[in-house]
Amino acid sequence: MKNQLADESLREDLISNEELRSQSEELINALVGNLTDENFEDLNSDKWGPVIEILGGISITRARQGFSPRETGNFVFSLKEALFQVLQEEISDPSVLFQESLKINRLMDNLSVVTFETFIKGREEVILRQTDEITEISTPVIRVWDGILALPIIGTLDSARTQIVMENLLQEIVETGSSIAILDISGVPAVDSLVAQHLIKTVSATRLMGAECIISGIRPEIAQTVVHLGIDLSNIITKASLASALAYAFKVMRLEVRKVGTIHKS
Amino acid sequence: MVLSLSKDSIMVLREQDVVLLRNRIKEVAVKIKMGLVNQTRLITAASELLRNMLRYADGGQCLIEVVSRGRENGIRLTFSDKGPGIPDIALAMRDGYSTGKSLGLGLPGTKRLVNEFDIKSKVGEGTTVTILKWANG
Amino acid sequence: MDKIPILRMGAFLLVTIQVDLYDRLALNLEADLVQMVNKTSAKGVLIDISAVSIVDSFMGRIIGNIASMSKILDAETVVVGMQPAVAITLIELGLPLKGVHTALDVEKGMNLLKSMIDDFDDDDQEVDDDGFIAE
Repeated sequence: MKNQLADESLREDLISNEELRSQSEELINALVGNLTDENFEDLNSDKWGPVIEILGGISITRARQGFSPRETGNFVFSLKEALFQVLQEEISDPSVLFQESLKINRLMDNLSVVTFETFIKGREEVILRQTDEITEISTPVIRVWDGILALPIIGTLDSARTQIVMENLLQEIVETGSSIAILDISGVPAVDSLVAQHLIKTVSATRLMGAECIISGIRPEIAQTVVHLGIDLSNIITKASLASALAYAFKVMRLEVRKVGTIHKS
Repeated sequence: MVLSLSKDSIMVLREQDVVLLRNRIKEVAVKIKMGLVNQTRLITAASELLRNMLRYADGGQCLIEVVSRGRENGIRLTFSDKGPGIPDIALAMRDGYSTGKSLGLGLPGTKRLVNEFDIKSKVGEGTTVTILKWANG
Repeated sequence: MDKIPILRMGAFLLVTIQVDLYDRLALNLEADLVQMVNKTSAKGVLIDISAVSIVDSFMGRIIGNIASMSKILDAETVVVGMQPAVAITLIELGLPLKGVHTALDVEKGMNLLKSMIDDFDDDDQEVDDDGFIAE
């Protein structure tokens, strides 16, 4: 404890002394409880399970509380210092002291790596969650009219994203009972053959379900790429813009948009 | 490296067993959080292979394994029968599914639905088909 | 033994599939349906698969058979309520489902059937190749 409190990187704003003490106690208890001569070296043995768990828990809690990984690492290092001190007090023979110190050193270094690994894992989970959220919001489905859906896609389309777009589109068609879906890709810079195949699959699946899917906003570069790749889009309805796709959809649904005239009564 | 986490073997002798097996696979798929579309792909593929087993080999065995590779989880299904075997696998794997008298084995289509597909067959001894689908593959 | 119920809705027949079709059940359905189409002179058959989560090639074949048989008896077939996952899987599987029309739900399916029959009625007075007036 003394070492920790002396440490400059003590974050009194983030953790109370109480908590610090209880965290340290928990760790030391687990450490002492599991140390035997055999498993000292082998961090993979089951006996280390509880220690690693506690350490992992401390690391995650601290990460959430806002500690940097260095600070959490220092938590473990301070324990190392304390252990060294104890060793010095207990062992007088220099060569034995050195051996034991080496062992402790190796052990504590391994344990501190555990804290870093847990920290990184926590970060990765955040990234994954954010990726999911981005995927969800980047493909809105808009009911532009009764029975007509529009899906403007913005950004690069990769195979995985196209699959998600496809599933969303089909699901929305069922839920809204829309007979026409307009997939607008004017915000998509490029399309490779795998993505093109998924788009074709989307149109086919839509038709199989009894609705229709129009693709609008194909950039001239994409049109060129598609032809060069030998992809056959002749069975797909394509329109230059979302507006013309909408006009087409109205026509198919036998809807008409007219200007309301003023009637002069003479 | 693909690790097998659990194994479950089921005998399939009658049509009703197909339904049982489909439900079993669905249970496992839900447990490893496989998305609905992938579930459908896997169960449809299994259905195709099961029907082949029943039609041509009087039934067989299906092994359901939960597997993992790194952080990914998946399901591996192994269908083994002691039927007549397939004389020309290359031919069977060619597209050209006909709706006429020749019913075909539907293998190329089945292969498209899964991530990994392996088939071994010996005439007079039997056939073993192994398919693997990752939860998020 | 289960039998799949067939409902009559005016000039159309509605079949709602809610259980897994196995061989005998499917063959019975084909037979029953064909008999009913004949008996009621139905002009259309609606197959509701909104509760079906797996359509494999066997099921696809049954649907195709029903469509072909009904067509011979002068009835069109519309499959309604296909689930998205099923549609995607069918495309990837490569099942043709020839001669089968599709619609999102029963209501749209019936409208589709009506429009197909209306179109046909418009051609009523045409004379076909054999010199008979097409009915």
